[in-house]
Amino acid sequence: MFSEELKQYDWDATTAAIASKTAADVERALRKERPGIDDFMALISPAAAPYLEAMAARSRALTQKRFGKVISMYIPLYITNSCTNACVYCGFNRHNAFRRVILTPPQIADECEAIRRLGPFENLLLVTGENPVAAGTEYLEKALQVCRPYFNNLSIEVMPLSAEDYRRLTLSGLNGVVCFQETYHRERYNVYHPAGQKADFEWRVNGFDRMGQAGVHKIGMGVLIGLEDWRTDVTMMARHLLYLRKHYWQTRYSINFPRMRPSESGFQPNVVMSDRELAQLTFAFRIFDNDVDISVSTRERPVFRNNIATLGATSMSAGSRTEPGGYHTYPQALEQFSVSDDRSPAEVAEAIRAAGYEAVWKDWDKIFD
Amino acid sequence: MNSKELIIGGRRFGSRLFAGTGKFQSNAVMEAAIKASGTEMVTVAMKRVDMLDPQADDMLHHVSAAHIQLLPNTSGVRNAEEAVLAARLAREAFGTNFIKLEIHPDPKYLFPDPVETLKATEVLAKDGFVVLPYIQTDPVLCKRLEDAGTAAVMPLAAPIGTNKGLVTRELLSIIIEESNVPVVVDAGLGAPSHAAEAMEMGADAVLVNTAIAVAGDPVAMADAFRMAVIAGRQAYEAGLGGVCRSAQASSPLTSFLD
Repeated sequence: MFSEELKQYDWDATTAAIASKTAADVERALRKERPGIDDFMALISPAAAPYLEAMAARSRALTQKRFGKVISMYIPLYITNSCTNACVYCGFNRHNAFRRVILTPPQIADECEAIRRLGPFENLLLVTGENPVAAGTEYLEKALQVCRPYFNNLSIEVMPLSAEDYRRLTLSGLNGVVCFQETYHRERYNVYHPAGQKADFEWRVNGFDRMGQAGVHKIGMGVLIGLEDWRTDVTMMARHLLYLRKHYWQTRYSINFPRMRPSESGFQPNVVMSDRELAQLTFAFRIFDNDVDISVSTRERPVFRNNIATLGATSMSAGSRTEPGGYHTYPQALEQFSVSDDRSPAEVAEAIRAAGYEAVWKDWDKIFD
Repeated sequence: MNSKELIIGGRRFGSRLFAGTGKFQSNAVMEAAIKASGTEMVTVAMKRVDMLDPQADDMLHHVSAAHIQLLPNTSGVRNAEEAVLAARLAREAFGTNFIKLEIHPDPKYLFPDPVETLKATEVLAKDGFVVLPYIQTDPVLCKRLEDAGTAAVMPLAAPIGTNKGLVTRELLSIIIEESNVPVVVDAGLGAPSHAAEAMEMGADAVLVNTAIAVAGDPVAMADAFRMAVIAGRQAYEAGLGGVCRSAQASSPLTSFLD
């Protein structure tokens, strides 16, 4: 399990190693055909900031070679905001008083139909809060079965499950699982996640092993940018990805860098990542791992998404509603985070086309599940 | 195999360049590139196509033409069982018994699984499929696939999508020498010169996708590959002079025998 391997990586030593990287380290990393984790640390370090243009060119070339001039499109469907956790930064926090919704199977079907009217989506991401009792594996199983006729590729972003439960869900058409570790800082993790199942760091970080053991086709990873030093956190995630690739070699992997922005109320991010830094991180990850799918959600603004689409990203959401029932049933319910790109799927696809790329809606067929 | 004409599954192919359909910036550019390549065999990933209604699929509209043999591929399957199921669905959906067998359980390098590929070929060939398996550059595997009834073999020149050229040259030359079925060099060809080199070695055909799709001008690149494949084949048929590694002595060592 990765929690064992993680013990050998010291947080502070990693932070210091990244801070000590020099221009020479960056140049060496850029010369290598197969950059390693040390090179990755150089590429995300402040020393690499002056090399952004060269990194962008390398990232673009590598992405085109591996993925082509295409962006894979997906859409999230929030089916419940019910949650037993108390994550200090999240709108779904159990202490927040608002109407909790668990969509029924007929309501989920209505949402699917509304999404199909929105655009020719085939990749659906089902998202929930974390309520293992009221919206656990059985509920997810039903939800997948309802969505199955509408879409060719189904993923979930829910609480970590047992390997047995992941296996059970694959029988109902589950193809991919997305789970954000949020932070790899073991001690600070509990400051942000004080209660509920999510307070168990080991259970969460080893969830990826369980997904691999269950033979999930695709695993999505991410850290929440805004909690701890993002450079150290993404380095830990890169190590985690290397570990997973070695152990679960039949699985495809995707990553995402959700970043928190300062807001007028509520939790304020401890660290703020600029657009330049997010771009640098995207390029660095692509140079480090030519194959990983890099997903950019509607958290990011249109101008950033339009440009990153040709520089390293490979998949994007569009038309997203981040509240349960937001496409049809309850368009007014509380959202988990606010989107920064409210263009329609057709408008996003057109912007991708204008950049010389094609928006691909279908890149999987349910017959392969 | 090196026969004068390239015949696979009873169909004669005038062009020895096979093309792919992935990674293009638009369907219109893909269609123009396919046309410029002169190809008569185009592979299509089942996962990208509307399998329930292929007639309505936009990408297929841009590929379909009377002179083009569609070659559905099973990319996405991880074992023989899934591949056989996918091939049977492809036969129904596409109305062809041609199948490009791609079983790569490793999604990073997309290396084909030799064990599962052989198993699936045995089943599909008996079931009347024209099987074109994407394989490691393994001469023994090629002979085993021949025994299983494969219609061709498609060994890789280099890891797929790498554009590295004929990294596996030594093994390819053995396969070409020994094969009783057409040898189609698949994957890794990054430049027209690589394709020409494969044809000069005696490959029966090459399959190119990435190098055309992500070129600055995919249509012009497709045309360049078309010419390179013709030139390479013509050079092969004309009989290359061969390379001499040492100078010829002006006073031959055997002159005392004269």
